[in-house]
Amino acid sequence: MDINNFGIVFALMGAAAAALVAGAGSAKGVGMAGEAGAGVVTEDPSKFGKVLILQLLPGTQGIYGLLIAFITLSQIGVLGGESNMSLAKGLLYFVACLPMAIVGYSSAIRQARASVASMGILAKRPEAFGKAMIFPAMVETYAILALLISMLAVNGVTGINI
Amino acid sequence: MAMLQMQRIFIYALKKDRKSILEFLQRRGVVEISDSIPEDSLFHKADMSYARTSFEKSISAAKEAVEILNKLAPEKKSMLSMLDGRKVISTEIYDAFKTKHESIVRIANQIITCNKVIAETKAEILKLEAQIEILTPWTTLDIPLSFSDTKYTKSFIGTISREWTLEAIYEKLADYLPLNVDVISSSKEQTCIFVLCTKDKAEGVYDALRAIEFSHPSVTSDKAPAEQIEDLRKRISDAHTTIDNAEKEIIAFSSSREELLFLQDYDKMRYDKYEVIGQILQSQNVFVVNGYIPQKEAQSLEAELSSRYDLAVEYEEPAEEEDVPVLLKNNGFAEPLEGVVAGFSLPGQGEIDPTMIMAIFYYLLFGIMLADAGYGILMVAGCAYGLIKGGKNIENSMKNTLKMFLFCGISTVFWGVMFGSYFGDLFDVVATTFFGVTKVPVIPPLWFFPVNKPMLMLTFSMALGIIHLLTGLLMKMYQLYKQKYYIAILYDAVSWFALIISSTIILMSLDMIKNILGLNVTISPVVATSSAVVAIVSSIIIILTNGRESRNPFKRFLKGVYAFYGITGYLSDVLSYSRLLALGLASGVIGNVINKMAAMTANIFLGPLFFIIVVLFGHAINIAINALGAYVHTNRLQYVEFFGKFYGGGGRSFNPFNMKTKYYKVKENMKNGY
Repeated sequence: MDINNFGIVFALMGAAAAALVAGAGSAKGVGMAGEAGAGVVTEDPSKFGKVLILQLLPGTQGIYGLLIAFITLSQIGVLGGESNMSLAKGLLYFVACLPMAIVGYSSAIRQARASVASMGILAKRPEAFGKAMIFPAMVETYAILALLISMLAVNGVTGINI
Repeated sequence: MAMLQMQRIFIYALKKDRKSILEFLQRRGVVEISDSIPEDSLFHKADMSYARTSFEKSISAAKEAVEILNKLAPEKKSMLSMLDGRKVISTEIYDAFKTKHESIVRIANQIITCNKVIAETKAEILKLEAQIEILTPWTTLDIPLSFSDTKYTKSFIGTISREWTLEAIYEKLADYLPLNVDVISSSKEQTCIFVLCTKDKAEGVYDALRAIEFSHPSVTSDKAPAEQIEDLRKRISDAHTTIDNAEKEIIAFSSSREELLFLQDYDKMRYDKYEVIGQILQSQNVFVVNGYIPQKEAQSLEAELSSRYDLAVEYEEPAEEEDVPVLLKNNGFAEPLEGVVAGFSLPGQGEIDPTMIMAIFYYLLFGIMLADAGYGILMVAGCAYGLIKGGKNIENSMKNTLKMFLFCGISTVFWGVMFGSYFGDLFDVVATTFFGVTKVPVIPPLWFFPVNKPMLMLTFSMALGIIHLLTGLLMKMYQLYKQKYYIAILYDAVSWFALIISSTIILMSLDMIKNILGLNVTISPVVATSSAVVAIVSSIIIILTNGRESRNPFKRFLKGVYAFYGITGYLSDVLSYSRLLALGLASGVIGNVINKMAAMTANIFLGPLFFIIVVLFGHAINIAINALGAYVHTNRLQYVEFFGKFYGGGGRSFNPFNMKTKYYKVKENMKNGY
């Protein structure tokens, strides 16, 4: 059995990890923020719109994960096309997906905690909503940086000839 | 880009005009009342808390009454009713309401009373039904449950737990014969029995019964159970009639709904008015209103006031250190973003209003992050429809939100065309799947596809970021100039400005950076060298001057070095703009994924139908999520990166004495009232 057959396996593992791990983080994060948000809406249903914004903030990591997974899938030919690659290249794809997977997971949860805290601002001082929104958005920066590196890496690996 | 100049205003008038002057000021809504003048032997403040409590009471009564009304006789409201805004009514109606006020309060209280009756009667019904349930096993008993004895006999009516047969009971009571036992009904839980014995054996029988857990029924009556149940049923049906009548009475009041709503507003206005009365100084015949007014309103207000009343108006420039309220005034392009600035903080002492400059970048950055012509057109169409539908009467906050997203939408369309995104690649997918077109893209991008050239997009994002940050520094220079800290312009702004530009040029001349970004620029050695010189000079300026508030030279130097370390902050600020690339790609690629999924359905039965469903549903979600992301991250870039360069905020917002009503606004019979 040719060891290079495992190239595509690792590449797919990378794509799956990006969607799976980052998605799991977002699911957990959006859930946490939703629980806190439900409490705020119980007190004042008119805040629903703003609560929803805060709840959705930790949801983006899952989307970024999906994005990386999708780009990887189309680059490695799983969505149709040639899917032959060396083991080394497959591993490279796997590694390229890791930043999004890991940073996506942990930043989604940290961001959710900032979101939950911001729900408190929204409940007590609704006029400070602009500030409340920024705290979770600060955490998101790192998810975006990870997304950037994963995306550039996946694109870059495609061009490498090994 | 401006903040309105504020003036202190003093109005001296006669007490007999107090009510009408204050109402006039409230409708004009251009004066913020302050109570900064202390009381003295002649002028006093009146305590109005008693009157205000009564207004509060009637407001909450009217609110509750409307809630009850809405529950029983819901008002039909369309989705678009939020665009309607408050109804305008004339001062005549306002004045006429005074005579109706009491009767409307009475209506409100009557509705609340009826509602209380309903609640109480419902509780009563539950109680009656529980009694019926208890009585039901006794229906075949033809004597009242309260029956206890005759001249020679004693009876026991009650239940024993679990199921018993007649024989079993007789067996237990065998010692006390002669007696009579009837089983009225029996179930698994309990057996209802009637025991009749002679009076001399009564005690023994009772003990024997107690031994088998005998207990008296929890209801008693002088009527036979069947009759009693009949009575209870009748009382229940009476109770239902009572509820019906009370509900009908409430519904009959639904014609007064408008008046109940107006009552809330009317008393809210009076509540605010009495708050002001409590703040102004009054002597026996004269009162003084003191507050802030925007300078441009002052003349017309004075003219209007003095044409109606006998009074004197005086102005004063606010002192330097005074906490003057802030009111922003911008043109239609930037006005929608005043809320975004206020969401951070209004300009503090000596700061400038950043709204106009921010607006340009705001729309630009939002457009790049969403960057889809299709989504942009939907946003523009939706907001334009709302603005037209809302017309003149639309509330300001709603209008500004719609206008903000209208401009954002226009920018989104522009960048969508530049980057060739129309609902992702929907046109390409439709053309290749259904019409067999092979030449894609159908509509090529005006500039480039960010997916194909991510590095170019990254470079563009960061270049835009540098421009944004440098604009922030320019704002700082302007602000320092306004504050007359001329030397700080060189030390704190120009030095950084030069450092950023020169280090950017140095970086661009490095081969490594050029290779990473894929840039093809040649920087002549002269420029590179002179940039290096500029960078070194400006660094030295920063290190030597940025700790200048410390007297100790060593400490001063260290502080300067620390300030210079702030260059890393600029680096991270610039990298932060990479979110333009990330979010732009996210909306585009997810759109493509949706289209791809939709295209998979093309070959099955009813394919085009499924295709349309998937496309509609998918893009609806995508636009919602990505518009939200673009909104949040545009705010972040403004608040953190841009404002961080020059803007501190901390101003107090102008809070005029006006009509803070929910449903109606009163319009003075004149042209320029608002």
